[in-house]
Amino acid sequence: MVNENDAEASFVPMSSAPDKWLRKEHLPHIWCPGCGIGTILRQVIEQFTKLGWKNDDVVFVTGIGCTGRASGYVNAQTLHTIHGRALPTATGIKMARPDMHVVAMLGDGDGVGIGGNHFIHAAKRNIGVTAIVVNNRIYGMTGGQVSPTTPQGSKSTTTPYGNVEPSMDVCKLALGAGATFVARVHTANPVYVGQIIGRALQHDGFAVVEVLSQCPTYFGRFNGMPDPVQMLQWFKENTFMAKSPEDEKEGKIPIGVFKDDKTTPELSKSYRNLWEA
Amino acid sequence: MNRIVMGDVACAMGAIDAGLRFYAGYPITPSSEIAETLSEMLPKHQGIYLQMEDEIGSIMAVIGASYAGFPAMTATSGPGFSLMQEAIGYAAMAEIPITIVNVMRAGPSTGLATQIGEGDLMQAIWGTHGDHPVAVFSPGNVREFYIYTQKALYWAEKLRMPTIVLADEVVGHMRQNVDFPEPIVIPERTLPNVPPEKYLPYATENGDVMPLPPLGKGYTWHVTGSAHTENGFPTIRPDKVKELLDRLNTKVQRHRNELIEYETFMLEDAETLVISFASMGRVSKGVVSELREQGYKVGLIRPFTMWPFFKDELSNIVSNVHPKKIVVPEINYGQLRLLVEWALKGFDIPVIGVNLVNGDLIPPEMIEEAILHG
Repeated sequence: MVNENDAEASFVPMSSAPDKWLRKEHLPHIWCPGCGIGTILRQVIEQFTKLGWKNDDVVFVTGIGCTGRASGYVNAQTLHTIHGRALPTATGIKMARPDMHVVAMLGDGDGVGIGGNHFIHAAKRNIGVTAIVVNNRIYGMTGGQVSPTTPQGSKSTTTPYGNVEPSMDVCKLALGAGATFVARVHTANPVYVGQIIGRALQHDGFAVVEVLSQCPTYFGRFNGMPDPVQMLQWFKENTFMAKSPEDEKEGKIPIGVFKDDKTTPELSKSYRNLWEA
Repeated sequence: MNRIVMGDVACAMGAIDAGLRFYAGYPITPSSEIAETLSEMLPKHQGIYLQMEDEIGSIMAVIGASYAGFPAMTATSGPGFSLMQEAIGYAAMAEIPITIVNVMRAGPSTGLATQIGEGDLMQAIWGTHGDHPVAVFSPGNVREFYIYTQKALYWAEKLRMPTIVLADEVVGHMRQNVDFPEPIVIPERTLPNVPPEKYLPYATENGDVMPLPPLGKGYTWHVTGSAHTENGFPTIRPDKVKELLDRLNTKVQRHRNELIEYETFMLEDAETLVISFASMGRVSKGVVSELREQGYKVGLIRPFTMWPFFKDELSNIVSNVHPKKIVVPEINYGQLRLLVEWALKGFDIPVIGVNLVNGDLIPPEMIEEAILHG
C-alpha cells in the first residue's frame, strides 16, 4: 500500500514556477486527462522562471480552442482573444510596447487554419512575438473535427472515411513566410520542449515553436491510439532529429531547430528608427 | 488659420491632434487617404502606422495597441467594415477602447467602390452579434469629420467601448476651406486607485468600469470575449452574466445626454421637418435654406450622433414645432427613416423617405419635391 504522505510528496512541484506563474485559484484546468497542453504550458512557465521575467512584463495572448484557454491560467497580463486573431493582437501590443515579452500560444486550427494569414504576415514582419503552436492535429474544443494539420487518411468526426486532403506543415509555412526562429518539438520529450521554447522566448524576432501534442480524446480515439501513452510512443517512433541515421528518416517528421536567424531586424524596434529621422 | 483640406485628411489631422498613437488598416476606397496621411504623420508624433494583411488583422492590432496604452483607430469602408464586425463585439465585451472610421460607399458587397452610399447605418449600430454598446457619430462636412473623429476617440477611451465614425465618400473626398477648432484630447490613462492585489479589472466606479491600467505597473489581469465576472475570468453563472450584460447594455444610455449631438436649422414655425445625416444632411441644408428664401416653412435637423439616437430630443422638438410632415433623405432604402419612425411612435405625422442609391448624391430637386408635394 502506498503511504499517503509519499504519494503527496511525489506531486510536490520541482520548481517554484507554478506558484509564480499559475493562477492556482482557477485550477483544475478544463483540459481532458492525458492532454498535452498542460505539459507544454508547464514548460513555458518553467522557462519564464528560468529567464527571471516578471509577471507584469509578460503579455500572454491566445485565441480560441483548447489551447486558447491557456491564457486564463497564466499569471501574467493575459488576453483570450477571438478565433485566429491572437497574432495581430500580439502585433499591436508589441508595436506599442517593445519592452514587453509578448507570447502567443495557438492551436493548429487557430494558428494556421482561421488565423493562417495572420501567421504568415507575423512571420513576414518579423514582429517580436513568440508563437507556440500546439499541434494536436484536430479541432478538440468543438468535438474532434478535421484540422489543417490532420494527416491525410486520418479520421475525425468530419472525415469519417479518412482525411482526403493533404495536411499542412506548420514549420515549412513559417520558414516560407520568413519567421526568423523555427523549431518543432513533441510532448514525449518535455525537457527538450522547454529548452527550445526557452530559446524561442529569447529570440528577438518572430519565433515559431510547433509542439506536436496528443489529443487522446479525439485524435487518438479515432485513430487507434486512445491511450495518451500510445500517442507519445507514436511521436517517439515517427519523428527524427538531424543527427538520426538516414535510414530512420523515411516517412517521418523532422524535429529540432530549423532556423535561428539573429540578423534580421525586429519590427517594433526598426519602426522606431522612423521616430528619430 | 483656415486651410483647404480633404475630408479624409481632416479625419487624420483630427486623430493626430486628439493624441492618436496607433493606426492599423487595410487599403480600401474611399478611406485610403486616411491611412496615407497617418502613415506620414504618426511617426512624427511617436506613433505607429501598420498596414495589416486584412481588416480583421487591422482591428485586432488596434485592440492590442489600445490595450497596451496607445490610443488607436482604424479606417475602412463597407467590405472592410463587414470583416471587422466580430472584433467590434470583442472590444465591446472586453471593454477596450477603439475607434473605427467607416467612409461609406454604396453596397452591398463590392457595390460601387468609388461612389457614395449611406447604407451602413444599421450595421454600425447593430452589426456585431449579440446586444452590445457602441456610439456612432456622423459628420456631414470636412470640419465635422475632424471634430467627430476626435469625439469618437475621446468617448471610446472614456467609456471603454468601440466608437464608430460614419462618414461617406463625399465627406471623405470633398475639399473645403476649414477653420479648425481647438482639439478635443483623448484622456490619459491613470493607475487604478487600488493596489494590484485588490484590482478587479471589471469592477465599477459610479456605474462605469474602472480605467485600464498601463502595462508593466504591477497589475496583471485577464481579458476575454467570454462572459466574465468583475475579476475578468469566464463565468456561466446566470447572475454574473446578467450583471455584466446589463452594465454593458446600459453604458450608452447612461451617458446619452453627453453623447447626443445634433444641429437644428430654421425650425421655427416649420411645417415640414427634414431629418438627414452625413452628406445628405449637408445637401438637405442647402435645399431648406433655399426654400425658406422662397417663403416655404421648412426646417432641418442634422443628427451628428446616430447612436444613441436622439429619440427624446426629437420627440420634444416635434411636440413644440408641430410639423405636418417629416422628410428623410438618405442614400439607402430607409435606415434613418426607421429610427425616426421609432422615435416618433405615437405621433400621427407622416414620415416620407427620399431614397436613391445609384452612386450619386440625391439631387436637391428630389428633396424639394418631397418637401413641397410629398
